[in-house]
Amino acid sequence: MRINYYGFRAIYLHEMDRFRRTLLQSLISPVLSTSLYFIVFGSVIGNYVQNIDGISYGSYIVPGLIMLTLLTQSISNTSFGIFFPKFNGSLYEILAAPISTFEMVLAFVGAGATKTLIIGAVILATSNFFVEVSILHPLLMVFLLVLVAFTFALFGFLIGLLSSNFEQMSIIPTLVITPMVFLGGSLYSLDMLPPFWQMVTYFNPVVYLINGLRFSFYGASDFNIWISIASMIFFLVLCISVVAYVLKKGYTIKS
Amino acid sequence: MSEDLISINNLSKTYKNGLKALNNVSLNIKKGEILAMLGPNGAGKTTLISIICGIVTPSSGKVNVDGFDIINDYRQTRSKIGLVPQELTLENFETVFNNVSFTRGLYGKAPDPKYIESVLKKLSLWDKKDNILRQLSGGMKRRVLIAKALSHKPSILFLDEPTAGVDVELRKDMWKSVEALRESGVTIILTTHYIEEAEAIADRVAVINNGEIIVVDQKKDLLNKMGRKKLRIDLHEKTDTIPESLSKYDLELSGNKLSLTYSYDTQKQRTGITNLLQDIRDQGLKLKDLKTEESTLEKIFVTLVKENNEN
Ligand SMILES: Nc1ncnc2c1ncn2[C@@H]1O[C@H](COP(=O)(O)OP(=O)(O)OP(=O)(O)O)[C@@H](O)[C@H]1O
Ligand SMILES: [Mg+2]
Repeated sequence: MRINYYGFRAIYLHEMDRFRRTLLQSLISPVLSTSLYFIVFGSVIGNYVQNIDGISYGSYIVPGLIMLTLLTQSISNTSFGIFFPKFNGSLYEILAAPISTFEMVLAFVGAGATKTLIIGAVILATSNFFVEVSILHPLLMVFLLVLVAFTFALFGFLIGLLSSNFEQMSIIPTLVITPMVFLGGSLYSLDMLPPFWQMVTYFNPVVYLINGLRFSFYGASDFNIWISIASMIFFLVLCISVVAYVLKKGYTIKS
Repeated sequence: MSEDLISINNLSKTYKNGLKALNNVSLNIKKGEILAMLGPNGAGKTTLISIICGIVTPSSGKVNVDGFDIINDYRQTRSKIGLVPQELTLENFETVFNNVSFTRGLYGKAPDPKYIESVLKKLSLWDKKDNILRQLSGGMKRRVLIAKALSHKPSILFLDEPTAGVDVELRKDMWKSVEALRESGVTIILTTHYIEEAEAIADRVAVINNGEIIVVDQKKDLLNKMGRKKLRIDLHEKTDTIPESLSKYDLELSGNKLSLTYSYDTQKQRTGITNLLQDIRDQGLKLKDLKTEESTLEKIFVTLVKENNEN
């Protein structure tokens, strides 16, 4: 047995099964919150905001909202995916199974990313319902969505791996990710900020993700698309290295 | 050498908190045998099993399973092993059938619902197959863990207290299942706190204390070697003291003064019974009844651990 295909499949399907069992909850909250954003920001406030880069405000915020959902969902899906078996002790059988660390991580992260992409697609469809959405570069969009879903699923895996209780699980998503997304130009263009805050924003990695995605939609971005792609790949490689290091040490899952 | 399926060499484990759970353990396990590990709480039984299964990393030493190293060739060694853990650790919301199938997949085997069905039936779990794990009783959960361990047809089975919390009748059934598994060629290593369990099913017994193996032997040999028998002699009439002429036999007088107990070693050429009975008769004591009692593994175990702790 060089590759444990069935082992990978078992974990992947097992995770997807958990998603199916809670399908309604998994979909309803992101759909509801996105709809609220569209009603409040898109319709109400949007009427008082002029077009940005020639795009109506309601349409302009779609990529940012998708990114918000993508980041929070991929982190929470995968962090819970690994945290639960660690928490209830059933992780022992994965540790005792003839499956490599790589296969195990890929299965958890792959399932987390798949769920996230399904939710992302539903959000996109929901937005279409409220505002006009055009996608100039669909292939680029899919590429970016998959890249981000995987990267942040991996990041979520890391959080689940390192957390020893539920509080720690939610601290990074609420304290770090949500502010970064809101301050990352999801609801405005960087031009609208005073110069000082523009400078600060350049240090927020999420800015590049949102702008990259917006470019794939409308061809408009505050940066060159390659800067966005490069920063995503950089973060992906960083996550892979940290997860590999942590698992090699056996930290938190093997005594 | 070739018939050793598992060989453990100088294995030690010190946990991160500095606790030394295993100290230089060496042990060989033969193909097709049932080995029972006995030892008080915290002796290191679970640690030993966890290392062989890949859940805990050893601090030093080596373990080979069927000629493969447990670390470098983990795919080969782990796919041969089934493990029933001591703790009832199960997902909450999955069904019995899916959860057992999940384990089979983890071990790299293609789905085989027919086989899973047969395992569940054997463990009287078939009518629970669609139940959610959380809804099962403790004994049922234990059986689900056994079903999971068997789901990929392992050739080596570790049972870490498999019958804890299982009712008496079912426990006897499980002993039969274990015996049947052995007959089909599975090597079985089990830990238990029920010594009658080891006595009933094991071929060999290993006693672990404080992270060290203090004895490994064939169960029969252990019973023979350590076995002391007791002869109880019931008398017709009370005797207040043990007569002087019987003092050399080291007899014990019971509380009601109606019986004497003589301990002797079955391995000895002369047990001294004939002389004892002769001397009792010469004293004019009248015998009412004689009873012998063999020492059990339990007593041997307690003695061994006590001696070990004193040293
Ligand atoms: N993860 C761990 N970290 C630190 N110490 C541990 C860990 N697991 C076990 N120990 C310690 O190692 C020693 C051996 O424990 P182990 O679980 O192997 O005992 P055992 O023989 O299985 O006992 P029992 O009969 O109670 O199941 C104990 O002192 C225990 O406290
Ligand atoms: Mg134990």
